[in-house]
Amino acid sequence: MTDQERELLRRHQDVLAREAGSRGRERARWAEKRKEIEQAQDALLRERGRLYLVRSSKTAAKVPLVKNMLWAFGVGGVICSVGQGFVFLFQRFGLALKDASAASTCVLIAIGAFLTGLGVYDDIGKRAGAGSIVPVTGFSNSISSAALEFKREGFLYGVGAKIFTVAGPVILYGVAVSIVVGLVDLLF
Amino acid sequence: MMLLKAFLLGGLICLAAQLCMDLTPFQVTPAHVLVGMVALGAVLSGLGLYQPLLDWGGSGASVPLSGFGHVMAQGAIEGAREDGLMGALRGGLTAGAAGISAALLTGFCASVFFKPKG
Amino acid sequence: MAVKKIGGQSLVFESRPCVASWAAVVGPMEGEGPLKSEYDMIMKDSLFDQDSWEKAEQKMMQYSIELALKKADRLPWEMDYLLGGDLLNQIITANFTARVFGAPFLGLYGACSTLAEGMILAGILIDGGYGDSVGAASCSHHDTAERQLRFPTEMGVQRSQTAQWTVTGSGAYLIRSGETGVRMTHATVGKVVDYGVKNASDMGSAMAPAALDTIRAHLEDTGRNAADYDYIITGDLGRRGFDSLKTLMAEEDLPANNLTDCGLHVYGGNQDTHSGASGCGCSAIVMGPRFFKEMRRWPRKKLLFAGTGALLSPLTSFQGESIPGIAHAIAFEWTEGENSK
Repeated sequence: MTDQERELLRRHQDVLAREAGSRGRERARWAEKRKEIEQAQDALLRERGRLYLVRSSKTAAKVPLVKNMLWAFGVGGVICSVGQGFVFLFQRFGLALKDASAASTCVLIAIGAFLTGLGVYDDIGKRAGAGSIVPVTGFSNSISSAALEFKREGFLYGVGAKIFTVAGPVILYGVAVSIVVGLVDLLF
Repeated sequence: MMLLKAFLLGGLICLAAQLCMDLTPFQVTPAHVLVGMVALGAVLSGLGLYQPLLDWGGSGASVPLSGFGHVMAQGAIEGAREDGLMGALRGGLTAGAAGISAALLTGFCASVFFKPKG
Repeated sequence: MAVKKIGGQSLVFESRPCVASWAAVVGPMEGEGPLKSEYDMIMKDSLFDQDSWEKAEQKMMQYSIELALKKADRLPWEMDYLLGGDLLNQIITANFTARVFGAPFLGLYGACSTLAEGMILAGILIDGGYGDSVGAASCSHHDTAERQLRFPTEMGVQRSQTAQWTVTGSGAYLIRSGETGVRMTHATVGKVVDYGVKNASDMGSAMAPAALDTIRAHLEDTGRNAADYDYIITGDLGRRGFDSLKTLMAEEDLPANNLTDCGLHVYGGNQDTHSGASGCGCSAIVMGPRFFKEMRRWPRKKLLFAGTGALLSPLTSFQGESIPGIAHAIAFEWTEGENSK
């Protein structure tokens, strides 16, 4: 603790005691003063943190950027080509492009959940990063991993509640943005 | 050929997301990425920029979660054109319903049939 | 008058309580690390035949305490006190473990500094004449910690380079009044220090300033030099935090050539843990098996153990708070009593 911090704390204690021991307008004046000191304390804390981060970022371990990029590109690409393969398959069974695409998405979702259950998806994700998060299989993984993890807490408060940990935000903001897009399209 | 295009476009979208994760000072979690991609896809779709990607790259654009955002946005736009406000409210979720239901159902099944391995 | 306190935050153990015995029970991954032959028990999987990881963690802690007591030929209820803690909410591992033993129990939370906190309090209890044998234990489990503090274990998350691997393991230490062995001479109770690190995947950097603060205070209070110790051992800074601490110490002109960190001793280089080990169990499964064991053969027979803790909570992280750190230091010395010569 620096002398400056000690001095601030001493003054804070003093002002706080005066605030607690006074009434009405005087009390409000002391409260004002207390808030000033608290802001100064916060500012000191933030400044120290900023300096430390600047200093410690020099010794930071480098993110293996090129390796991460290659993995993300490769795995993401492969998952999308697999999806494309299913689209071709469903089209051959006579589905229209749009329906084939939707069916393919559902198959990928099921594959994602299955691999999560087998305990494989997190091993892929460890290397592939965004490559296995961004495709719809990653959406499926985030849902099924949360559900799986909280199985031991029961099917109501465990699986039932936690399954929406990531699905909830995705659905919420997907719906919210799509409504705005729909309305904007209607108005303009 | 389409397979290659899907690979390239899908890979590029994932690559862009990876760069967002690695080159920003914030801790970007999967939830951030997923929500970001859905929102981005919906916005691009509203601006009419996502359909060309789909036409070129097929699954390379529909499999990333931005494709899910696109589907929801198109649903909302169609709904709004048919039924106005009520359609806009209904359209997005209706279009995304299959994906959401499939993910919830398979996620639930995974939790029933498997144990977390750590 | 506080006759046993010296300087601003240190205390002297006049009777020099002795670490009579210890035991470590670890998970399969730790069981493949460089200290594998030193552990008392290695679990074959992370579930340990239990139906949840939380229960497995409790069993680990229970077994480590029982084994440590067995080595000193003591029965569980013969402890005057049991001091213990872990990382989980409401320190459930320690609480549910203590249920098994008929010993008076004080539950502690100091994040990964819990072992040091427990040892200091054990020393105080013995030195004050409030007991003759006190158990101090701390425990962590990788999977229970991950699901509480970070993500579900099956989620495909990319771990950052600065992230540390939470140790699956428990270490228990029996502290007794005694003459021969590893004895506690001084302790320095740490202050909470916050340098504004917010990244929950970089806890080493969050703890390094706290470690520096406590080590510096210890040396000032006791009038000792860093070179008086064979080793100065931090709890679980990991590779990243350890580098930060070395930089910080260099800036303060403190020599750091005998500095080491428990987090660097748990896993081998090929185990892909990125920045090394962390967790309540980290220092607990390293201090005894790695350092206390061979202390009698060191030139100075002295070490300083600074148990570090990152006082992280998911709740405060979501609210944008930074991660405060703490470190408690204990000076150990190997001595031979008059009677045993």
